[in-house]
Amino acid sequence: MSERLPVRKTYKLFIGGSFVRSESGRYDRIAGGAGGGVNIPRGSRKDVRDAVAAARKASGGWAARTAYNRGQILYRFAEALESRAADIGAERDDVEASIDVLVHYAGWTDKLQPVLGGINPVAAPFLSFSVPEPTGVVGIVAPDAPPLLGLVAELAPALAAGNTVIAVLSGERPLPGLDLGEVLGIADVPGGVVNLLSGRRDELAPALAGHHAVNAIVDASGAADLAAAIDKLAAESVTRARHPAPATSYAEATADPLSRLEGLTELKTAWHPVGA
Amino acid sequence: MATQEQRTKIVWDYAPAPESPEHVRLRDSYGLFIDGEFTGPSDGTRVESINPATEEPVAEVAFAGPGDIRRAVQAARAAQPGWAALSGLERGKYLFRVARLMQERARELAVVESMDGGKPIRESRDVDVPLAAAHFFHYAGWADKLSYGMGGRAVEPLGVAAQIVPWNFPLLMAAWKLAPALACGNTAVLKPAETTPVTALLLAEIIQEAELPPGVVQIVPGDGAAGSALVREPDIDKVAFTGSTAVGKDIQAALAGRGIPLTLELGGKSANIVFEDAALDQAVEGIVNGIFFNQGHVCCAGSRLLIQESVAETVISKLWDRMGRLRLGDPLDKNTDVGAINSREQLDRITALVASGEEEGALRRSVACELPDRGYWFAPTLFTDVAPAHRIAAEEIFGPVVSVLTFRTQAEAIEKANSTPYGLAAGIWTDKGSKAFEVAAALQAGVVWQNTYNKFDPSAAFGGYKESGFGREGGMSGLRPYLRVAS
Repeated sequence: MSERLPVRKTYKLFIGGSFVRSESGRYDRIAGGAGGGVNIPRGSRKDVRDAVAAARKASGGWAARTAYNRGQILYRFAEALESRAADIGAERDDVEASIDVLVHYAGWTDKLQPVLGGINPVAAPFLSFSVPEPTGVVGIVAPDAPPLLGLVAELAPALAAGNTVIAVLSGERPLPGLDLGEVLGIADVPGGVVNLLSGRRDELAPALAGHHAVNAIVDASGAADLAAAIDKLAAESVTRARHPAPATSYAEATADPLSRLEGLTELKTAWHPVGA
Repeated sequence: MATQEQRTKIVWDYAPAPESPEHVRLRDSYGLFIDGEFTGPSDGTRVESINPATEEPVAEVAFAGPGDIRRAVQAARAAQPGWAALSGLERGKYLFRVARLMQERARELAVVESMDGGKPIRESRDVDVPLAAAHFFHYAGWADKLSYGMGGRAVEPLGVAAQIVPWNFPLLMAAWKLAPALACGNTAVLKPAETTPVTALLLAEIIQEAELPPGVVQIVPGDGAAGSALVREPDIDKVAFTGSTAVGKDIQAALAGRGIPLTLELGGKSANIVFEDAALDQAVEGIVNGIFFNQGHVCCAGSRLLIQESVAETVISKLWDRMGRLRLGDPLDKNTDVGAINSREQLDRITALVASGEEEGALRRSVACELPDRGYWFAPTLFTDVAPAHRIAAEEIFGPVVSVLTFRTQAEAIEKANSTPYGLAAGIWTDKGSKAFEVAAALQAGVVWQNTYNKFDPSAAFGGYKESGFGREGGMSGLRPYLRVAS
């Protein structure tokens, strides 16, 4: 009796809740996988535009969910990742830290408003209050390493704050990020809320930063030349740009969670007359 | 239309009630304020600051050259460690002094603000100056409580802040920039706007009088080139800019790759939405305040008036009536509602945009008031039959010009209000509370006024969504742009 032939996985981009090939038809052969090498899609500028459109479409609904509901979905995401930990093509530490980061930020969804907002003691007869709202559509450029935590450390706060995301995955090790798409698919995260693109970072990150429907870009790649290029493109439509150092541990990812969260929120102040 | 146009010609005679400028102590000439002293420009120029209501000079002012800007940054750098090393209480006490001195000199500051910028004395007296003092008072009290304002985090100042302010609220914007920066332990180089430098220089006198350590605040008037040089200085740690979106984008691009924190408070095309269930007379007052306050030279001006179709005719008629009773003229007259346009350049810009509105087919009505012979003036103007694609519906005019659009449903109002790259402010007029809060939540705007407009307070955050900028000024959130989390 011959040994059973394994079913190999076809890696795809994750856009709008669907697993799709790059519209360009391009792929890269990288080391790894059961066959000693796998093909991964090399995303294109058009894929970036499709992913932004999907994220924009999902944005209103995700932002309108209650903080409690978003917290439960993020926690569900952590549960799903824990149950699939063995299936993620990353080191155990990397996966476990990522799970804990998701749990940490799941608890932030309904804390953000009391910490950042409040009623303003204005010197006139008005009820004036300020509340944080999601910035909108966020582009994330993940570092090469660690391949999963480097992504999740930026993804989790973006989602907790109510944003939708397009992420450019680690260039060196995109498989953990692509595997994460399958976890998202079973974690009740609505389609389009997270979009994952593999490919050449130098091609995808500028397309993301220069897209006028992207409201903020978080570049954790640590690449200095890319940072300047991203900033310049971001300036075309006043896109918020941050360049955090790649998080390499749970402690680093959660050392100052508030800065990660507040950088992806907009404070809205409302005024309402009291009395006549 | 004929009856309405006649009605606008009714003139209510008031005796002139000019605020006396006699107590104003203006020098003939002001230097740059660097390292605690007024000094002559080394490579800059001297320029007369013009009263836009009379076209006469207010005072001669030094404009900084690039060498002067460098010198100012160096002075701020040298003073920063000492300023940051003071206890929060002591820093706060200096700022409380500044607030008190501003209150003492409030009348003088208000008169000079109206002379230099053209805004009605009622506004500079009742809004600009008291709010500016209140900002210093508010942030003075934060100086020894910074970590409470930062979610309990340990914090440290950024260092030297480069700050550029616009000409529409010269003293108030200087206070919005300086007060939080200083409270947080930063030192500052502030560049006032080209056409309105004088009250910032009076603030420099106050800072001297309050005996702030030399170098903590530099005030360096100049034109766009000076601002451009300032943000390109190598030894700055923070940039804060209030002004046009176009210049904001230039500054953001100029800082690319430098890792310097930036706050931008940019332009707007804010929607003022009137629902059919609003108290219409109250709404009309709010519309007038929203667009004619400060001649419409307000980044958050309610320049896109969205009226529900069922009441559009009534609201437009009431608004046009009310506009006819606005008093345009001498900014120093306490009865004046609409003052002078800030500069010849701005008047040309407003004139060109209004012309484009007529060319594109919108219906223009301007109040038939007599404009003074000298100075820069623009009659309050209302556009109807406006299409969303018209330039007057999409571009910031920054003048006393309101464009009316209509809507049928709440969803359409929200969609129209949000369909702009800007996101600074919005107004909502309805007597139904649940609707007001629902619409407020759906608007992409940093400030939403419900049954009111153009309200400001030092304790309330102000700033934009989208291309209206990022970062907030005012309140607890106004500390964040001037601090880093200690590692």
